[in-house]
Amino acid sequence: MTELIKAKVSELLANQTADRVLGWKKGEFFYDETPAVFQAEELDDLVYDGFSAPNLSKYLIKESKKEGKVIALLKPCDTYSFNQLIMEHRINRDNVYVVGVPCRGNLDINKIREKGIKGIQSIKEQGDELIIETIYGTKTLPREEVILDRCLCCKGSQHMVADEVIESGEPAWEAKADRFEMVTKLENMTSDERFAFWRGELSKCIRCNACRNVCPACSCLQCVFDDPASKVQAKSNADDFEENMFHIIRAFHVAGRCTDCGECSRVCPQGIPLHLLNRKFIKDIDTFYGEYQAGADIEAKGPLTEFNKDDVEPSIVKERGGK
Amino acid sequence: MMMYKINVDRLPELYAKMAESRALYLPIEKNDQVEFHPWNADACVRLDKLNTAKSAKDLFFPQTENLMKFKMQGKNISIEENRDPVEPFVLFGVRACDVRSFDVLDKVFLADPVDTFYQSRRENGVVISMACHEPEETCFCHAFGIDAADPAGDISCWMVEGTLYWKPLTEKGQALTETVSALMEQAGDQDQAKVEESQKALHAVMEKLPLYDLDLTGFDGDHLLEKFNSEKWAKLSEACLGCGSCTFVCPTCQCYDIRDYDNGHGVQRYRCWDSCMYSDFTMMAHGTPRKTQLEKFRQRFMHKLVYFPSNNDGMYSCVGCGRCLTKCPISMNIVKVIKALGGENHA
Repeated sequence: MTELIKAKVSELLANQTADRVLGWKKGEFFYDETPAVFQAEELDDLVYDGFSAPNLSKYLIKESKKEGKVIALLKPCDTYSFNQLIMEHRINRDNVYVVGVPCRGNLDINKIREKGIKGIQSIKEQGDELIIETIYGTKTLPREEVILDRCLCCKGSQHMVADEVIESGEPAWEAKADRFEMVTKLENMTSDERFAFWRGELSKCIRCNACRNVCPACSCLQCVFDDPASKVQAKSNADDFEENMFHIIRAFHVAGRCTDCGECSRVCPQGIPLHLLNRKFIKDIDTFYGEYQAGADIEAKGPLTEFNKDDVEPSIVKERGGK
Repeated sequence: MMMYKINVDRLPELYAKMAESRALYLPIEKNDQVEFHPWNADACVRLDKLNTAKSAKDLFFPQTENLMKFKMQGKNISIEENRDPVEPFVLFGVRACDVRSFDVLDKVFLADPVDTFYQSRRENGVVISMACHEPEETCFCHAFGIDAADPAGDISCWMVEGTLYWKPLTEKGQALTETVSALMEQAGDQDQAKVEESQKALHAVMEKLPLYDLDLTGFDGDHLLEKFNSEKWAKLSEACLGCGSCTFVCPTCQCYDIRDYDNGHGVQRYRCWDSCMYSDFTMMAHGTPRKTQLEKFRQRFMHKLVYFPSNNDGMYSCVGCGRCLTKCPISMNIVKVIKALGGENHA
């Protein structure tokens, strides 16, 4: 796939469709890829495989403000974020040439490690298997067992926006799980149980702000938490209130705009399932305002920015018993 | 000093004995995450875990701590020192890299003027280290002259075939050993040989690690300007999100901020970890001295690899624990910086 993409972008650079490429750069260990902008002569380091997890859309806020045109390699899932940022007037669409790349579901290095695999020397994707060379010997894993959680609830293999799409010829990756399963489970807990669940998870927060900084929906020039005048401390987990409220406020702020790209949970160094907060909002929005997928359609009206007379009243919270 | 041993099945007794007289912190799994937490009989102890998610530095330099309180009464302000209480504690299961990080922190906090908050925790803490078993590809402690098979600390431990070997190294370690030695047996020559064999085996594994020979050539005070002015920082920092993951999981990052919390009738002054990646880091009246992410990013690595060693007899403020390698959301890290600017790429 990497070679196919390299050939395509080389062609697009050669015919001056664009002058640079936003993609993933290979790392030290086969799994530690970094988003990067490549010039034509730098394409050797471009890679695309199961570890090309970072959603590149947010980088286009900055990149599309520069001169010239950039090719953006976007996975199906990343295109929702791209569209959402277009709707929010954050990306200059004229300066981006979107090349949709097929996705087989991203791989989760943490899940690979949880399988007891250490001292990794190389990882090869071979069909539905991963062949992992380690200093302790060769291990084989079924690909499906180490897929990122977000990809288990895949939104589909269609790109919501693309100037062209590279076809892989391989069968499309499909969702394996219901994305609201855990949300429903949390709703069915007593409020004490739910509180205990979230305290357990949120108390791990170290306020590194990785979730916020990676989030394509968090594109404020200066976050309120970074403004000293707000008197909120963005970097200190001084008390329970700060840990809880930061994430809950952030989830409120991105409600209706969150595409459920799952980057927040992917990057959390403490393994907090932050996406569940967002999914709760998505589920409620679907229930109260009709099914809505942020970023699917740039002409759509946002459920929380559009008023209809039959919209639910705030009393719904009480009617539902606070669920 | 004498070496002792205890069967792994009897470790809970050892923990209970130590916890009688002081708090005992161990790598404990909670909500799927292993961190140094206070031990209790129900705790899920994970001595097998190579590294905790966060480092052990919290125990000496907590993420947030109270310094003093200001109370307003009419036109008077009273100042009350209300530092968080420090009690004797044991920190068990620290890896060689993290033990070295305490030496790095000591250079900062115990140099004149001594930071008494840090000092009191150092004096009250006994560090029991644990030799590594199965190091990861992300480990590069060897580059900093650390021996994962021979960790420092007040007491060193090795786990070999279901037996924990325990060797006090300092007076503090010896004093703690005396309170628990009744539970342990004295180790003999054969035991010593077993430990040495496990050390040899670990060394053989270490040599196979991809970052074993990470080359730090060029990172020193003599090449300060050359490194500072390198054009490579632009590419290296290009994708940096400006989050604080690397700094907050790092065992040696020691920058902090001091803030006042106004609760309406008084002010609580506290300090908390800061990150050079953050927009308000070293913010001054005129603004920030490092306006771009390139400058912030460069600061972090210049500090660890150039400024710190040139001010501290060559001691780097990185211990090769590899946490930033596994935690960075975009997998940009100190190893990639070292490889881009040092070793064979050192002009």
